[in-house]
Amino acid sequence: MTRRRAFSVAVQAFGGLAGAAVVLPAVGFALAPVFDEEEVIWTPVGAPDDFTQDTYKPSVITIVEDVGETGKTTAYVRRGSPELDESPQEFVAVSNRCAHAGCPTRFVEAAGNFICPCHGGVYDFQGKVIGGPPVRPLDRFQTRVQNGQVQVGPRYSVTSQLDPVRARDPGEFTGGVWNYIYPPRPSVPPPP
Amino acid sequence: MRFPQTLIPAPLRRPAPPGEKAPGDGGPVERAKQAPADVVGWVDERTGASGFLTGMLYRKVPKGTNWFYTLGSATLFAFTIQALTGVFLAMYYTPSPTEAYDSVTHLTNDVFLGEFVRGMHKWGATVMIIVIFLHMGRTFFFGAYKYPRELNWVIGVVLLILTLVMGLTGYLLPFDQRSYWATVVANNITATGPVVGPYLADFLRAGPEVGGTTIQRFYAIHMLLVPGLIIALIGAHLYLVVKLGTTAPPWLRGETKPKSLRREEV
Repeated sequence: MTRRRAFSVAVQAFGGLAGAAVVLPAVGFALAPVFDEEEVIWTPVGAPDDFTQDTYKPSVITIVEDVGETGKTTAYVRRGSPELDESPQEFVAVSNRCAHAGCPTRFVEAAGNFICPCHGGVYDFQGKVIGGPPVRPLDRFQTRVQNGQVQVGPRYSVTSQLDPVRARDPGEFTGGVWNYIYPPRPSVPPPP
Repeated sequence: MRFPQTLIPAPLRRPAPPGEKAPGDGGPVERAKQAPADVVGWVDERTGASGFLTGMLYRKVPKGTNWFYTLGSATLFAFTIQALTGVFLAMYYTPSPTEAYDSVTHLTNDVFLGEFVRGMHKWGATVMIIVIFLHMGRTFFFGAYKYPRELNWVIGVVLLILTLVMGLTGYLLPFDQRSYWATVVANNITATGPVVGPYLADFLRAGPEVGGTTIQRFYAIHMLLVPGLIIALIGAHLYLVVKLGTTAPPWLRGETKPKSLRREEV
């Protein structure tokens, strides 16, 4: 190796290092939220006696703090029903976020279904898809009873058999091979 | 009508035909008229820009060049309007989930000519998308993407995608119901890409839900990252246009064979 070539390689190596020292931290800075687990917020939604097995009670809960209306969403809460193989001591909190494109669905009392206004997605009483384009049942929120209050916590998604998985975005299938095609994200807490 | 030669600085003038005297060696009045040209000459002596500029301004265009060839300039003009009005909108806009909507309402309703400047930006965005597609169609149907201009087509496609990214990120900024839900849906569509989709959506949203950082992130992408890339790529795009020249429309035949060339049967 000639002296000229050695210097040329060294200068380019130093230049590359100096560039990487600026670019890599900046990229990491921008990517940080992908690996940052979101803050878990538990919201009290009412006393256990407020909820029945046969219908839902809607509650507006905050899932992102300090951003006003943007950070709010609706949870439909009921008591577990033994007829549906659920424990009556447990509470079921269904997210109103449609599993198709993320529009807000509404529980229609007369039909006993969740209906989405955007593209006609229909879900049954448990949130399983019975019509339209959604790819999986409605998401749920973890629930717990503390200080005499039912509390609604972090979101999780379910498979078509209602087995809990880590929260997915709308439009992503769950269960089987889909759990690898749409891998779980570190930004959401693990399922119950 | 010819543009008066004395108004064009000497280095930028079309060179006088051989044997003809170049204008500009008269009395004091003529000298005074020459002053702007002298200033340009001073700059030119130190930059040598005139060679590049005359090459660019007096370049040959093929026969048959028509109004369709202005669509590229129209796109550039639309981008310039977006850049200019965007700078002024940024003076009143607040990229925060609680204040964005109010700041847009304020600049539209209260600020002098605010509605007009915002309107230019809003409608200009639509115009830019329309003319960029027309420009792309012109290039396609005139066959102007063919050798040696393939690279310019590729750069143009990247510019088209960046323009669409501008449309997507700009749509969130008014932060009304329409922009909020459009962004929610756009993010969810991004998330349905296999394997990388979920992470890409998390990157765009800065987390699993649309929140405070999302709008700041979209704002930074909309006014700093993508415009910088667009300006750089427009530079490369124009360089190649000047370097390679434009194509004749496809309905013009090539030069027919000169008569002096004959096929001889022996």
